[in-house]
Amino acid sequence: MVANIQKIMIKGTRDGLTLQLDDQCRFEELLRELEEKLSMNGLADDEPMIRVSIQVGKRYLSDEQKEQLTEIIREKQKLVVDQIESEVITKQEALDWKEHSQITPVVRTIRSGQVEHVTGDLLLIGDVNPGGQVEATGNIFVLGKLRGIAHAGINGDARAVIAASYMQPSQLRIADQVSRSPDYESEGVYMESGFIDEQEEKIRIDRLQEVVKKRPDLASFERRMLNG
Amino acid sequence: MGEAIVITSGKGGVGKTTTTANLGTALALQNKKVCLVDTDIGLRNLDVVMGLENRIIYDIVDVVNERCKTKQALITDKRFDCLHLLPAAQTSDKSEVTPEAIKAIVDELKQDYDYIVIDCPAGIEQGYKNAVAGADRAIVVTTPEKSSVRDADRIIGLLEQEDIESPKLVINRIRNHMMKNGDMLEVDEIVSVLSIDLLGIIIDDDAVIKAANSGEPVAMKPDSKASIAYRNIARRILGEAVPLQNLDEESGVFAKVKRFFGIRS
Repeated sequence: MVANIQKIMIKGTRDGLTLQLDDQCRFEELLRELEEKLSMNGLADDEPMIRVSIQVGKRYLSDEQKEQLTEIIREKQKLVVDQIESEVITKQEALDWKEHSQITPVVRTIRSGQVEHVTGDLLLIGDVNPGGQVEATGNIFVLGKLRGIAHAGINGDARAVIAASYMQPSQLRIADQVSRSPDYESEGVYMESGFIDEQEEKIRIDRLQEVVKKRPDLASFERRMLNG
Repeated sequence: MGEAIVITSGKGGVGKTTTTANLGTALALQNKKVCLVDTDIGLRNLDVVMGLENRIIYDIVDVVNERCKTKQALITDKRFDCLHLLPAAQTSDKSEVTPEAIKAIVDELKQDYDYIVIDCPAGIEQGYKNAVAGADRAIVVTTPEKSSVRDADRIIGLLEQEDIESPKLVINRIRNHMMKNGDMLEVDEIVSVLSIDLLGIIIDDDAVIKAANSGEPVAMKPDSKASIAYRNIARRILGEAVPLQNLDEESGVFAKVKRFFGIRS
């Protein structure tokens, strides 16, 4: 009988449990079967928490459905949902990913009073003049002189960096941190990059080569996917 | 068909009106038909600098409101027959005219003149928009001061959005000894920040103030450094390749000998 085919496979791994959910049946059936399965093998109270990862195959889950799944697992047993993995995403999510992960080249001088905003990383070929401003949800790379304001990780990505061929900014902003230029007249520096120092929780500037060591994932797709 | 050049700066008091008057005079010296247009309505100065204030009967607002024909409002210069001035009104303000109206006047003037030089008011509001409307080219005037360079940068950004040629830069009021001491921004530094072509540099010359007060543009006096600078700018506009003025004031036999051998300090 069709109804007897198992819709949920439970596997034990070193990291905890993996639930593989069938992606062809109705979602309600999944929920029902999940409830049954989890009520059957109860765990003793003194056992440690077990991490569960759920694989839903080619089924798309809305946030609401994800919440329902998590709810059942959390209620029934001493289980913690680690992650829900799906092999599909919506078109909108895909477009967002693309936007957040791409580098947008801009070829012009950002002059006083002008603001350039991009989603993802910004590659500016030209200068940012005093009074001008560049913003990006990701990193900012300036092939030119940065003399105005640069705001990287504008939606809160604290791992974003700001690099410039010539650094003499009036302000550097990363996520919610701000640093400003000193009050005395100072020369700019060449080939340096600003980043948030996790220990001091403020923006520091260091040689580009050093910052690359601190952000080895700078160019990786996964990190930039999470920019937004 | 002539060409309309707007002289602008953003910041006030950097020498837009002086530059307009002298550039117009220098172009007229080269036998070009030139018309100066003052768009600083309510705060007109160009007529005073040119020494033509007492000749004004109609002004640009009269032309816009069709109280007179454009030709009736034009004043002929006392020195050149080929140099004319369309004065601004002193009694109205900038909201009296629209960019379209100014553009129509400038287009009409372009039929009869080689160059229309438009004096722009300070600021980036209505007056600026009026002045820029009819222009084909723009000259941005700045001084070697941070605030004026900042405003010039802002204006260049705005000009880039207009349908006109990339603006050219004039650096006014250069004090050579201050620049040498590093107390003033250097020419190279300004050009590097603004990243537009340099059209000319003008030294801070007492003769300019003296000339403006006597209603005689300094470009008429061939012995002053500022006058030569303005004439050079006019020649560059006409397409000649003129080297930048040497700012150093060396004199004496030794300097002459050095110059003879082409040695520059």
